[in-house]
Amino acid sequence: MTSRYKTCYLVGVKNDNTYLVSGLLNQQFLLPDLLNEVPVGIAVLDINGNIEVVNRTWQTITGAEPDSMVGLKCMLALRCDYCFKGCPVMASKADFNPISVDADIIDRSRIKIPIRLTVAPIFSKDNKLSGFVETIQDIRQVAELSSTASKAYSLGGLIGTSSQMVKVFSMIPSIAATDSSVLITGETGTGKDVLAEAVHNASDRAGSPFIKVNCGALPETLLESELFGHVKGAFTGAHENRPGRIKLAHNGSFFLTEIGDLPLSLQVKLLSFLDDKEIHPLGSSVGFKADVRVIVATHRNLKQMVIDKSFRADLLFRLNVVHLHLPPLRERGEDILLLKNHFLKDYCTKFNKKIKGFTRKTAKIISAYHFPGNVRELRNIVEYAVNFCDREYIGTEHLPAYLTEQDILRPVMESAKTLPDHAPQKEYSPAENWDHAEKRMIMDALVNSGGRKGEAAKRLGWSRSTFWRKMNKHSINR
Amino acid sequence: MDKKILIPLFNDDVAPRFDLATDVLLVEIKSNSDYYERVIVLPQASADDLCALATSANADAVICGGIGDEHYQYLTWKEITVFDDVIGPVKKILEAHKNAALSAGMNFYNA
Repeated sequence: MTSRYKTCYLVGVKNDNTYLVSGLLNQQFLLPDLLNEVPVGIAVLDINGNIEVVNRTWQTITGAEPDSMVGLKCMLALRCDYCFKGCPVMASKADFNPISVDADIIDRSRIKIPIRLTVAPIFSKDNKLSGFVETIQDIRQVAELSSTASKAYSLGGLIGTSSQMVKVFSMIPSIAATDSSVLITGETGTGKDVLAEAVHNASDRAGSPFIKVNCGALPETLLESELFGHVKGAFTGAHENRPGRIKLAHNGSFFLTEIGDLPLSLQVKLLSFLDDKEIHPLGSSVGFKADVRVIVATHRNLKQMVIDKSFRADLLFRLNVVHLHLPPLRERGEDILLLKNHFLKDYCTKFNKKIKGFTRKTAKIISAYHFPGNVRELRNIVEYAVNFCDREYIGTEHLPAYLTEQDILRPVMESAKTLPDHAPQKEYSPAENWDHAEKRMIMDALVNSGGRKGEAAKRLGWSRSTFWRKMNKHSINR
Repeated sequence: MDKKILIPLFNDDVAPRFDLATDVLLVEIKSNSDYYERVIVLPQASADDLCALATSANADAVICGGIGDEHYQYLTWKEITVFDDVIGPVKKILEAHKNAALSAGMNFYNA
């Protein structure tokens, strides 16, 4: 052992905010640079459990700024439930065996993330406790996979047996094996985000970050800083260095959704990044070579946008290396049945209900519907029906009203010979959709209950919190 | 105007997790700057119970560490100002709040 220490001697030297590692490969390295290349979140703690250094993945998972975390108690920075459940570091135990537990943290975006946490003491060569090393891994994918692992006809959350979907499934492994840019197109609600994640999970980058940015969700100025990062003082309010999402996705995949909403000025900057794979944070002259796989998605017709001069043709050529198109649900035939049963099973488990299936008439109505909102709309319909159903089978009365009130119902009802003579069919307004129907239901319930939210929730058979969430969703003023 | 602030506690600090705090400090600040403090010990940690406490106590603000988005949105909907991601000793934080110098994301150990 002694000779080994002599030949490979690591010395941690504090130099401002960096630590020099000497002797490894007969070179000098900065410890954070070494740790940054590890696709697992790592924090090194001193003997009191205070953070000494964290790597980039730790920052990606927690969303915390490393500069402000150094010197803090680990529990204040990580915010893990295990800190409160007997973490030996927090209990100031010096002698314990390395532990590995499943826990959760709340990141800076207020999302609760399941993690696998390992904590181990570090001993010096004279066997004296010098600190602790803590690693964290985001296990959201594992948690999701374990619940979907047994499902046939599915790939990474996408379900289908139709020829179009089987074609997409067969393409994923070969696309995942390369680093080419992928353009995913398809109508809203067809599963573009799920497909992007499936490509990432099937690739060699699966253990590395999958960073998603919605181009339509942020104003142009914020989006630039969000994508490329900024340095302290780059603009008013830039109090500290920010790495940018592309840098955070280093060694992983970077998913830009709603690429059609990306402003022209940023299209140029993205093009430049795709060309030389180097990002320049705002206000910085030093570039960063980011090794990321770029996946983009849109529901817009980019070719038409190029003709309209609202999307750069050269960027389209860059992105359109591999093109995956997700078909709308109405063209997927039998998949409606498969998805309907899948969502039914899913929501029955979630809501603790024992519903066996759909009545024949209900199944016919659902199959005949044209689903402008695609899979997302079908999922919402099933969720609605499961919420309202108090029997063994979901009947037409449990479906959202807009499904049974429109023209599409007529042939079904006629064939079933159950159309009551006296009930005139309400004209279906083409502008009406699920969201409108839900909003109208909430408004009706509120009006009928004289504005009392508790009673309105009761009328709809929802809990108060569900009612509150739906009101929020539809921006109904309190 | 009188103000009420609810702070989940971990020893003398703001609790790092809203949903795991069992001790809560309820501070009443009178218009003449008098402080009345009360520590409430909950039977178990629960974010739902803390939200219920904040609403029933008519709190104007909640100062906490990490909080899940659902509870954050709920409190905001109830017109309670939430200063989340706050790290540091309660005394310093209350002082900052008194001076209108408190904002979400502040770390009083680095100040």
